[in-house]
Amino acid sequence: MIDEHLPVLQVVVPLLAAPMCLLLGRGTLAWGLATAVGWFALYVALSLLGSVPAGGEIRYALGGWAAPWGIEYRVDRLDSYVLVIVAAVGALVLTYARASVAREIARHQHAAFYAALLLCLAGLLGIVITGDAFNLFVFLEISSLSSYALISLGRDRRALTASYQYLIMGTLGATFILIGVGLLYMVTGTLNMLDLAERLPALGDNRTVLAAFAFLVVGICLKIALFPLHLWLPNAYAYAPSVVTAFLAGTATKVAIYVLLRFLFTIFGAGFSFSGMLLSALLMVLALLGVLVASTVAIFQNDVKRMLAYSSVAQIGYIVLGISLVSVTGLTAALVHLFNHAVMKAALFLALGAVVYRVGGARLEDMKGLGRAMPLTLAAFVAGGLSLIGVPLTAGFISKWYLVLAALEAGWWPIALLVLIGSLLAVVYVWRVVETAYMQPRPAGAAAVSEAPWHMLLPIWALVVANVWLGIDTDLTVGIAGGVAVELLGGAP
Amino acid sequence: MTHHVVLRVVAKLIIPLILLFALYVQFHGDYGPGGGFQAGVIFSAALILYALVFGLDSAQRAVPTTAVRVLMALGVLLYGGVGITSMLLGGNFLEYDVFAAEPAAGQHLGILLVELGVGITVSTTMLAIFYAFAGRRAAR
Repeated sequence: MIDEHLPVLQVVVPLLAAPMCLLLGRGTLAWGLATAVGWFALYVALSLLGSVPAGGEIRYALGGWAAPWGIEYRVDRLDSYVLVIVAAVGALVLTYARASVAREIARHQHAAFYAALLLCLAGLLGIVITGDAFNLFVFLEISSLSSYALISLGRDRRALTASYQYLIMGTLGATFILIGVGLLYMVTGTLNMLDLAERLPALGDNRTVLAAFAFLVVGICLKIALFPLHLWLPNAYAYAPSVVTAFLAGTATKVAIYVLLRFLFTIFGAGFSFSGMLLSALLMVLALLGVLVASTVAIFQNDVKRMLAYSSVAQIGYIVLGISLVSVTGLTAALVHLFNHAVMKAALFLALGAVVYRVGGARLEDMKGLGRAMPLTLAAFVAGGLSLIGVPLTAGFISKWYLVLAALEAGWWPIALLVLIGSLLAVVYVWRVVETAYMQPRPAGAAAVSEAPWHMLLPIWALVVANVWLGIDTDLTVGIAGGVAVELLGGAP
Repeated sequence: MTHHVVLRVVAKLIIPLILLFALYVQFHGDYGPGGGFQAGVIFSAALILYALVFGLDSAQRAVPTTAVRVLMALGVLLYGGVGITSMLLGGNFLEYDVFAAEPAAGQHLGILLVELGVGITVSTTMLAIFYAFAGRRAAR
């Protein structure tokens, strides 16, 4: 019985666990429930991934109302792939969270914190699983509103301004998406994604459809934090509690990229999206600018959390670059990097969270000499950094490899060169941390620092192992991503 | 507060009426315009008016913050619980048909319970937001 209800349980269980956390009221109990729910969500996502046939889909009619009248949940391979990313990051971050949250967030807010985190998880999973354009907007708002609240809980008072900045930018993005969906509804009379995909080609270059397209692309790119719409991201990541940063870095922007893929390839179709509107060139230029500018800015950051936030903007550039090539290899690269970047950034931010837990800050000068004091945490950080750079035998190498391959395939060798330059910039900013942590001694008079507790190290190292695993055995990422890329482009008229 | 006699008397007169109207909007929602969201906002408007005229303390004596917190969560759980129950009875999530022998009766019961959940959560959330803002100065 439970199998046929898996699509709805994926969203409903975290959604209902959130108010339960609030009722439990005590930090540890709420954490226990949230973690159990996180792992359950991962179990559901994995079983969905296992049961979706290649090229097929699982459909679930909410309330028994058949689509296109009712809202339906629709899981194809792309959906289940992104669901696994989100749920895996969620489960690991929640497992890690207890000690870090106890240190960084006031006691009376713990239950509300876990409730908000679960709501955010439910919202992100909902965005991915729904087959209804308006329902997608609702879930987007659920995840966004809860992430504004989560970011504002950071210890630094600047977390409030960062959260407010994100609130304004995020609301602008969401409004644009809503306007786009509204315009589509106006001309087609439907909100179901499949139905939209069927009706849109008949309308051709209708002005309303073009306007809807523009609103949707700009709105989603705001959520993705594509350069130059990324201004909210560095502050939000830098001042949010460590756990929240790791969670959002691994999930929120990834889900936004999923939304972009869904609208560009499934709803509008690659033929419409990339013909005559220079979208491909526009995305390519912005993505490359994002990679180079954000990587360069990252080098000059003193706060390591902020440095990694800028690095995230750069990594988003790589993903969008893959999309902008509009080829099977390009999309494969984008989808593979979607997974790999989630894994590496979650590992890096969690390792940084362990540093904050022990030392109290994540500025470069806080990290002096930590290579000796916290060897396991810093080793994890270095491993994550190597993956970020794209060293062979790490996940990052696989994504870069496919990206370069896609660029060469399209005959754009300068792009391949720029990707390599981006990697070199990553070497510089990762090296700054390594140099500070391993070559410089702890400042005299600084309090002694011990290794992070094992329950924090375990999720961090799980992610590090995943990083290496995905760099060697690429069946999970490249295997699925390749198939999905063909499906996405094949669905195009 | 003693000098605002007119305000106090009028408020005392209309607050019960506002509450009654909220309940009407809530439970008549499946026949006419209205439903849980509107009813919840109207209901909390009555309580906020009470807080404005008689002070935050008296409002919080009438509806304590703990109650607000618990009800806020319970409303959502009622909504979701209806969905889960319909799944346990063999339907899809939120498929109300399974609640009664006759589908129409099942739909009626289902939407009534779901809207009640919405009403409870919306009214208490509005109140929680008001308490949070109004309580800021008192806390300083």
